[in-house]
Amino acid sequence: MKTDGSSTNKVNPPLWLLAELTYACPLQCPYCSNPVEMANYKKELSTEDWIRVMREARKMGAVQLGFSGGEPLTRPDLEELIAEARQLGFYTNLITSGIGMDEKRVKGFKEAGLDHIQVSFQASSADLNNFIAGTDAFEHKLEMARAVKKHGYPMVLCFVLHRQNEPYVREILDLAVSLDADYVELATTQYYGWAFHNKEYLIPTREQLANAEIVTKEFQEKLKGKMKIFYVIPDYFEDRPKKCMDGWGAIFLTITPDGLALPCHAARQLPGLELPSVQDHSIDWIWNDSPDFNKFRGLDWMKEPCRTCPEKEKDLGGCRCQAFMLTGDATNADPVCSKSPHHQELVDTVEGIGKIAGTPELEERPILFRNMKNSRKIIKGESESELVK
Amino acid sequence: MLNDDVNEKLTLEVVPEVASTHRFQWEEVQDCHVIMYPEGMVKLGDSSAEILKLCDGKNDVGTIIKLLNQQYPDAQVDNDVIKFLEVAHENGWVKYK
Repeated sequence: MKTDGSSTNKVNPPLWLLAELTYACPLQCPYCSNPVEMANYKKELSTEDWIRVMREARKMGAVQLGFSGGEPLTRPDLEELIAEARQLGFYTNLITSGIGMDEKRVKGFKEAGLDHIQVSFQASSADLNNFIAGTDAFEHKLEMARAVKKHGYPMVLCFVLHRQNEPYVREILDLAVSLDADYVELATTQYYGWAFHNKEYLIPTREQLANAEIVTKEFQEKLKGKMKIFYVIPDYFEDRPKKCMDGWGAIFLTITPDGLALPCHAARQLPGLELPSVQDHSIDWIWNDSPDFNKFRGLDWMKEPCRTCPEKEKDLGGCRCQAFMLTGDATNADPVCSKSPHHQELVDTVEGIGKIAGTPELEERPILFRNMKNSRKIIKGESESELVK
Repeated sequence: MLNDDVNEKLTLEVVPEVASTHRFQWEEVQDCHVIMYPEGMVKLGDSSAEILKLCDGKNDVGTIIKLLNQQYPDAQVDNDVIKFLEVAHENGWVKYK
């Protein structure tokens, strides 16, 4: 496949449309993947813009639609967008913290045609959950999880795992069982956005991961056919990279709150992208012809060690954003790969954190909570020690 | 939970129905039927789709087999239907009523 953006190339249509409706969020999770400069991007797409985006993407073949954010519940037009999406034939997923929802709204979404609600939790206990979320959210989340079940949705509970909650995987799965979840996603923190800034606070230890894996397997066997549990080892601990997003511009299309089209939700930070806006271009042009979506399609963009690697089609060189963040060059191999000349640095970081995990030297370092105040401070270049919760 | 009846045995009297938590629909661009569920989708072959079309919560397995054998007199679908429904049930695509 050529990478010059020629429209004569056969490109498969997008299957997944992720609609990041807003960067506004009542929670302050330090592992958020939203950009730390989010305070700069406050102008949100209108209802009409979103409806046009959904129509165009659906016409091209997109099937799954995720309403995400920030917290999508902060959009007063969410019901209207759900109704339109369902009428277009999307399978509609609401990815939410549950804050901003009540049972009436859960019922209203169902009437609008919403297919599924994924509720996130930060931990299995109120104390840790509320500390990480930066707000007293736990009790309300429990209530909303019960409402989701009551109204007949399939329920996915999502827990983003990191060093602070990884020791409690058993309690987390017990909570999921007690809430009668259909699916549990034990999502590994991806070190983009706020999470990258907080990686010293978040990276788990090898012992924690080994234990979490044993516990997860036990529950997977016990609950076979009843509850599906997804758990993936964080790629920082692997020696081969993930096939990120199933390939650049392969199935996944993200639209940011301010209307930029991205091949993944972390790509906004990559230098050299033109970041086409849905306000200037059709989804068809963006997906098939834009330089951005063709930039890392296929294999031609690769450098060594990827170019001659026998596994290059299997993992497509890993994650472009991770390559950029950890090596400064998005065309490098993802340093998760042991063939990357930068792999050892990553191993050293992870092992270094493992050695001092649990000591005040590491655990008492300031945490960068995700909020607009901190975002504005980062934009102004103020030092991180002054950052507030 | 996905399936409270996971251990239930498939007999000719069982009435399967596409699970209310899943959606089964034709996709023009993919040129096939799909079954959709939270954050996922499976493309279905023609014969699987023909079986699922009959899983309407009214037909029992015996009726589904009879209807398909009438529709495709050259094929003996009995085993294919049973095998597919077992997989579909295990994956939570269909419920037994």
